[in-house]
Amino acid sequence: MSVAIAAGKSGPLARLPQGTRSVIYRLLAMMVIAATMSFASEAFLTSNNLLNVLRQASLLFLLASGLTLVILTAGLDLSVGANVALSACLAATVIKATGSVALGVSAGLGAGLLVGLANGLLVTLLRIPPFIATYGMLWILHGVTYWFMKGETIHGFPAAFRAVGSGYWLGVPIPVYVMLLFLVAGILFAQRTTWGQEVYAIGANPEAARLSGVPVKRRLVLVYVASGAMAGLASIIYLARLNSAEGDVGEALTLPAIAAVLVGGTSLFGGVGSMLGTLVGALILTLVLNFMNLLTINANWQPLVTGVIVVLAVFLDNLSRKGDTR
Amino acid sequence: MHDALTATPSRNLMERLKRAGSGAGAAVVLLALVLVFALSSSNFLTVDNLVNIGLQSTILMLLALPMTLIILSEGLDLSMGAVLTLCNVVLALVAVKTGGLAFALAAALAVGLAFGLLNGTLVAALGIPPFVATLGTLGAAQGLALVVTDGQSVVGIPESLQQMSSGRWFAFVPAPIAIAVLAYVAIHLLLYKTRFGNYVFALGGNREALTLAGVKTRSYLVAVYALGGLMAGLAALLLTARINSGHPTAAIGMEFDAIAAVAVGGTSFERGKGWVFGTVLGVLAVGVLRNGLNLLSVPSSVQVSSIGVLVIVALLIDAFRGGRR
Repeated sequence: MSVAIAAGKSGPLARLPQGTRSVIYRLLAMMVIAATMSFASEAFLTSNNLLNVLRQASLLFLLASGLTLVILTAGLDLSVGANVALSACLAATVIKATGSVALGVSAGLGAGLLVGLANGLLVTLLRIPPFIATYGMLWILHGVTYWFMKGETIHGFPAAFRAVGSGYWLGVPIPVYVMLLFLVAGILFAQRTTWGQEVYAIGANPEAARLSGVPVKRRLVLVYVASGAMAGLASIIYLARLNSAEGDVGEALTLPAIAAVLVGGTSLFGGVGSMLGTLVGALILTLVLNFMNLLTINANWQPLVTGVIVVLAVFLDNLSRKGDTR
Repeated sequence: MHDALTATPSRNLMERLKRAGSGAGAAVVLLALVLVFALSSSNFLTVDNLVNIGLQSTILMLLALPMTLIILSEGLDLSMGAVLTLCNVVLALVAVKTGGLAFALAAALAVGLAFGLLNGTLVAALGIPPFVATLGTLGAAQGLALVVTDGQSVVGIPESLQQMSSGRWFAFVPAPIAIAVLAYVAIHLLLYKTRFGNYVFALGGNREALTLAGVKTRSYLVAVYALGGLMAGLAALLLTARINSGHPTAAIGMEFDAIAAVAVGGTSFERGKGWVFGTVLGVLAVGVLRNGLNLLSVPSSVQVSSIGVLVIVALLIDAFRGGRR
């Protein structure tokens, strides 16, 4: 049946599964964008700039990867940015207070994970709609972070820790290796494990998933914990790169992270999407924002452009879904 | 539960009691907060302070009233704070440039309405989930506010505008409170005495039936969001008069207070159930909480967290009462 439909369409990609095709289209779009940019700005196609893009995209991907799992279940996590802020500030405070990087990193990762757990429990036990629960969480975290930072900035960390964010290994930024590690882990989890397949099943049809024996609530808690933990990890790398932390660090990352997931082809309605797509989404978004920087466009335009990209991505997703059902 | 489609603006007692029941949680929360702060601060239960709470609640009221309608339609508007901020900046800029209050207000209302229509179109015509569509327009409005001001405050507001904050209407009522009360009456009549109001309930409760009945649901949905934008434009008048300037981050995050007020007021995020007077109680509860915490000199960051907790408590009460699912 699906072969017949695929054969009905023309073109060399017709035989590939829909998910693979969607990622390939996005890769092509990314190349077109990159090619256009290299004509428009000489500074774009330099190894320094490209490595910089990769470094930024790595951070965005880490944050967006956990979010991808959440959105695959037709949920949403609006608290990721505020979670990065809290975890980074907590990690910074602990590193300064104890002098131990290991303790600080554990505190940051632990805080991120616990926030994710709280989100998961609000969504499953209290049955609060995900966007309301995580939006409330956003403001709770915001308040807590500002309260314990008291407007101060913490900066100056050990060189070994900073290398996690700004160092290189074999000429490639270290965050890129972390990103690759989690990309592979994410793909394996989503595509090759039962739990991953159950996440897709919940997004496609929660009732059917429940009836076929998927522990829906436990899997939902799992994806919010994953999102929180990845926010914790992203906060560590962000902290190491910035070498400083204040109350609003990383708060502005929520919208770009959601944009990366949606541009990457994961549907807000659940059940459709992939980690690889999210990586391409993170790259496309970073390229666009990087290009605006190179053209010295006022950074104040960035939330506007990101907002437009989010809306456009969902609109195009809607169009293609309608096209598929016809 | 009243059937959203067939419900007439109810005159029968049982209906009214049921409606009041859905807002009883709000009254309890409000009373509890008043009691706590009256016991913990001697400055709380004074006439001056109570008037102050009323004044401080007016802007939030103008946002929470249309937010109630939006949430009743199973929607959400996360862009309201950012749109209010943009309107504040535009109003201040136009007022400073032209010195004309009417023209400045018209500009703010136009910007608010434009964003409301945009939100409505994205949600109704393009089928984008409300929380994502309005998250996108939040970014857009916030970005525009920063761009048109270049991140700076707009100062030099004309005298006439400050009158909006300090003036008295009907001899003794502070102007902002008069505007907020008029807005409540208007929204109440709109929701309970017009066909539009019935459709708003049905948009959330039974949209399918509404569509099958031949109602142009999309136009009504757009209208609900447009009302939200328009009210944000009106709220900008009070905000600009109060802070006596335009500021590119003036009301960022205020949509959360509005959503909190609606949630505390007992309006459900699903199924089109709610009570607009509950929202008034919710607005006062948020106002009392912020004011009381201020009197106890609790930092504003903790106030934000406590409002988050308030929302969760409200949703808990709602869940245990069996109002939801």
